[in-house]
Amino acid sequence: MLNYILRRIFWMPILLLLVSLIVFFLGVYGPGDPVEVQLGNNYDEQSANRIREKMGLNDPFFIQWANYVANAVTGDFGESYVFKNRAVSELLLPKLIVSAKLNIISFVIALIIGIPMGFYAAINYGSPKDPLVVIFALIFYAMPVFFTAPFLILIFALQLDLVPVSGWGGIFDKRIILPALTVGIPGAAVFVRLIRTSMIEVLDTDYIKLARAKGVSRNMVLWKHAFRNALLPVVTIMGFSLAGLFGGSLIVEILFGIPGIGRISLDSVYSRDYPVIMAIVLIGSSALVIANLIIDFIYTLIDPRIDME
Amino acid sequence: MMNNNPKNLSSTKLFFSNFSRKKLGVICAILVITIYLVGIFAPFLAPYDYSDTNLLKTQAGPDFENILGTDRLGRDILSRVIWGIQTTVIVTITGLLTGSLILGLFLGLLAGYYRGIFDFIVMRTGELVSSFPDILLIILLASTLRPRITNIFYSIEDNLNISGLVSSGIIDYLVIGIALLPLSWFGTMRLIRAQVFSIRNIDYVQSARTSGASTFRIVTRHVLPNVIAPLIVTATFGLGAVALSEVILSFFGLGVQPPRPSLGAMLADVSGRGGSSVSVLKSHPEQLLSPIIIIWVMIFCWNIIGDALTDILNPRKN
Repeated sequence: MLNYILRRIFWMPILLLLVSLIVFFLGVYGPGDPVEVQLGNNYDEQSANRIREKMGLNDPFFIQWANYVANAVTGDFGESYVFKNRAVSELLLPKLIVSAKLNIISFVIALIIGIPMGFYAAINYGSPKDPLVVIFALIFYAMPVFFTAPFLILIFALQLDLVPVSGWGGIFDKRIILPALTVGIPGAAVFVRLIRTSMIEVLDTDYIKLARAKGVSRNMVLWKHAFRNALLPVVTIMGFSLAGLFGGSLIVEILFGIPGIGRISLDSVYSRDYPVIMAIVLIGSSALVIANLIIDFIYTLIDPRIDME
Repeated sequence: MMNNNPKNLSSTKLFFSNFSRKKLGVICAILVITIYLVGIFAPFLAPYDYSDTNLLKTQAGPDFENILGTDRLGRDILSRVIWGIQTTVIVTITGLLTGSLILGLFLGLLAGYYRGIFDFIVMRTGELVSSFPDILLIILLASTLRPRITNIFYSIEDNLNISGLVSSGIIDYLVIGIALLPLSWFGTMRLIRAQVFSIRNIDYVQSARTSGASTFRIVTRHVLPNVIAPLIVTATFGLGAVALSEVILSFFGLGVQPPRPSLGAMLADVSGRGGSSVSVLKSHPEQLLSPIIIIWVMIFCWNIIGDALTDILNPRKN
């Protein structure tokens, strides 16, 4: 067990170093020349060369990469090509916070809708209610956000006039409701299926049958014995939800005009702002790798049956 | 599986007889097959070409000439949806063949059978790829690859003195295909690898080896038939993800390029990359809903079919 964790921790920096190598390679050999962008119409060979020398763009690839990584470790991801003289880290931090808020609220919505529905489907396993809930959940799971977003706006913002159409004002602002629902509804469907499967599995175990046979009431068995164990897999899916932070809410952020990480990553892809793209991918990958390690660790702690090998 | 096989049916027949009992699965399979046939036979079924414009009749509602109306350039929406389905068909089938079947199956079989250093390299590569945030990686790859691939194709056209290669849209499919590749293979590969691990030590595989069967023979005759079922299931779930990724890429203008049709490009075209989708939904719902319903039905059906197949093919449950 300890061996496994140590191996994972040892492997993690190597993994992130390789991620940075791929990202850096795409940045350097991708289309577009940062110096050309910076000089615009004033482009001439001489000043271009001077800037290249200053920015270290004439150095060999691996030297450039080593410099980049050395700076990135200290949180310095260079300067944006497009937003002149703005440090990438300073540019990204507020966007990260916005996306994080949106995703946390969506996650909570997904849990609130998904867990009771999955639980309901599982205790009705074998009756027609169960497949109905599952199909219902799948319909929402498959619903494209290209539809959900304008549909919710049309109904709740334009027809019923309950919330503003778009914009952003933080967690305690009415404007977060629609985008959070748009992300949260398909997420809820994932929880329905997850909870349903794990609940059905738990209800089929011997210790549940024993508890029933001993005469423990049905509600007691469902809530105290089964439900708590069925919740375990939810922990594993938290890692995937974190991945949603970097890209999952991309379309939703664009449809609702939310100034989050999705918006800026797409903008920087369009404008070939490589320092920004590289930083987003690198931060995203690091968060993903670290979160998955922590979740694996937590999972073994709360469920000692799991053997990490 | 054996105990509900009284008539001694062949496994294929048994599979179909089990599948036919899943009513919703059958309906979804019929829907998906219909959609795919429409896509394949798009040139014969579409009433107009996808780029035929009629500037005298723009933003028109449904009528007998244009069953689903026309868009802002007077293009027939039904025709564009049908041609857009063809793009989805091409992308999902190439995605299935390259990502799931060739890379996933092949690497999974090799890693599972040989283990050791080969397994180590393949697994670590997969971990590396899956530690990227997936949508971002697809977008990044598509945007950096396109100019390179376009240049290559122009130089091929120049050197061989042929034309039409670039305008055929092959670049779009190649860009999408390569951008989606890193994501599609690892899940399949890991699954196949685990399956091979579990069967390689079973007695009949061991005895085949001791009786001198070649590795190739063991893998194709003994291992492969055992991994087909899980392969089909993962591939089915994967198809929906591939189709959706193409829609997203084309929606952002990084996949299929105009005027070539794609359901995602249509959505972007109709709604100005989402900005005016609400007003379109209000004034011309058919323009927005036509591509959306196809996407919706496809994703839903792939999942239902995947669930049905899991039920049938998973021997643990029977």
